[in-house]
Amino acid sequence: MALAGSKNFSVLPGFGPSLGYTLVYLSLIVLIPIAAVILKTLEMDWASFWSTVSSPRIVATYKLSFGAALLAAAINSVFGLVLAWALVRYSFPGKKIVDALIDLPFALPTAVAGIALTAIYAPNGWLGRLLEPLGIKIAFTPVGVLIALVFIGLPFIVRTVQPILEDIEIELEEAAASLGANRGQTFWYVVLPMLWPALLTGFALAFARGVGEYGSVIFIAGNIPMVSEITPLMIITKLEQYDVNGATAIAVVMLVFSFILLLIINALQAYTAKKTGRSF
Amino acid sequence: MRFVSLLRLVTILLASVAVVLPTQAQTTLLNVSYDVARELYKQVNPAFEAYYQEKHGEKINVNQSHGGSSKQVLAVANGLQGDVVTMNQASDIEMLEKRGIVAKDWRQQFPHNATPYTSTSVFLVRKGNPKNIKDWDDLIREDVTVIIPNPKVTGNGRYTYLAAWGYAIDTLGTDDAAKNFVRDLFRNVPVLDGGGRGATTTFTQRGMGDVLVTFESETILIANELGKGKFDIVYPSISIDASAPIAIVQPVVKKRGTEAQAKEYLDFLYSKQGQEIIAGLNYRPRNEEVLKANAHKFPEIRLFTVEEKLGGWSDVLQKHFADGAIFDQIVVNK
Repeated sequence: MALAGSKNFSVLPGFGPSLGYTLVYLSLIVLIPIAAVILKTLEMDWASFWSTVSSPRIVATYKLSFGAALLAAAINSVFGLVLAWALVRYSFPGKKIVDALIDLPFALPTAVAGIALTAIYAPNGWLGRLLEPLGIKIAFTPVGVLIALVFIGLPFIVRTVQPILEDIEIELEEAAASLGANRGQTFWYVVLPMLWPALLTGFALAFARGVGEYGSVIFIAGNIPMVSEITPLMIITKLEQYDVNGATAIAVVMLVFSFILLLIINALQAYTAKKTGRSF
Repeated sequence: MRFVSLLRLVTILLASVAVVLPTQAQTTLLNVSYDVARELYKQVNPAFEAYYQEKHGEKINVNQSHGGSSKQVLAVANGLQGDVVTMNQASDIEMLEKRGIVAKDWRQQFPHNATPYTSTSVFLVRKGNPKNIKDWDDLIREDVTVIIPNPKVTGNGRYTYLAAWGYAIDTLGTDDAAKNFVRDLFRNVPVLDGGGRGATTTFTQRGMGDVLVTFESETILIANELGKGKFDIVYPSISIDASAPIAIVQPVVKKRGTEAQAKEYLDFLYSKQGQEIIAGLNYRPRNEEVLKANAHKFPEIRLFTVEEKLGGWSDVLQKHFADGAIFDQIVVNK
């Protein structure tokens, strides 16, 4: 690997074309649009940029968007792991169907998901009706935002953890058991360390998706200023006022936050991968 | 060597893009419009195509593009090749006027300030009007919850907000009093939907709210079709004139040579046939005869316009809807 970059020492063919292709593709698909966002923002002076991105109403949306995305990814990491575990380790009737169901949040248009979730959790919906007398409100509150993000984030965790779990030999767990580890110890000290890199990857993907999510959230959020507005809605709001610079300014802040968080998660992932000797 | 293959790759990519570009066959027009007008132009366009074929013996094809009005206008400003724009708020066309895409005198190019139909904001309440909601001041009562789409992102919500503002100015007099009135009103709004249809769903399907304030056309549609027998329409003492403006997109028709067809298409909206389609979709037609024939649907109501009462759209946007302006103040500091 180390030699491949410098000169044509690598025994693997095709480094030149594939790197060229990677750079062109990445530039066309990712870098150029992002550069456009940043260039548009540069048309603003610092004072107006700062007053746009730091107004209390916008700051409240950062808290909700990033907070809910992180929390949803965390919830999915726990329950997605359980799901993946059940799918890999056990066989039960209807397993194929359950497996296919997991991808549904990917395939469903997000607006459909949002409308369906709102229908269920609204005060007159199937679940909302039962929760309302208990004083629990989900639709049109920040909790609704969280539920929507949990829904769309689930496949990321399951699909990243599943193949790794499949690769882990059952013998390892049996060996742990025969050496006297109880079930909890086997899980904590043997299985989980091997899963960390995959879990973190899934977490990062689910989080990134959640931060930018608009379609499914917008129906269930209620969009009350200072309470249940998400950052992407603020961008749309700016565009409605033809304030393209303001919209890109908020987008740049989101990009920077997301980039930093993803870097941290990737670093953690690399660290755990190194520690367990696994690369994912 | 590597660079050459890279170049080749880029060339192939560009060539494949060029192949996909469409070639012009028959005369086409593109009408860029707002979201809820989809049903309207789905009926207008075939009627116009038949009319044009009969009159000129030539085929014409009208395509439609719909979406949130501001987004649509931005798309046209950024180069979407629409021959005409048909919107529901004059400020959207004024924005194109400022950029020189629409002629300065667009209001004079067609009758009624270039608005072939109008609507207004009225109330939809649950059957039998259990909360006894009669006028705008009932909406600020503590026992009433109100569904209004988000005025920051929808023309529908903006019209409702401005109608309430106009009522408050009429009855209470000062800007300060009106500001308190709209603050009390929006305190009763539990959900700010991102679109007019979204608000309709929240009110009709989710059972939220005692009253939905939306366009008259929408309330007629719900009361007569979507939720027949479950809702009543209530007309307040005064409301806002929500005329739908239209305009020709100058650079596009000049480039494509479609100026005459675009004008004929928009003129068709004012024809008796066009006006009947408009009335059929519950918008108030301009043609007196058609209006009279549909009088049962459109009761008399006192209307004011943004221009005469509120000083025009650019003032209104500045004073009420800009960031940190009155609307932001009332919803943030409830």
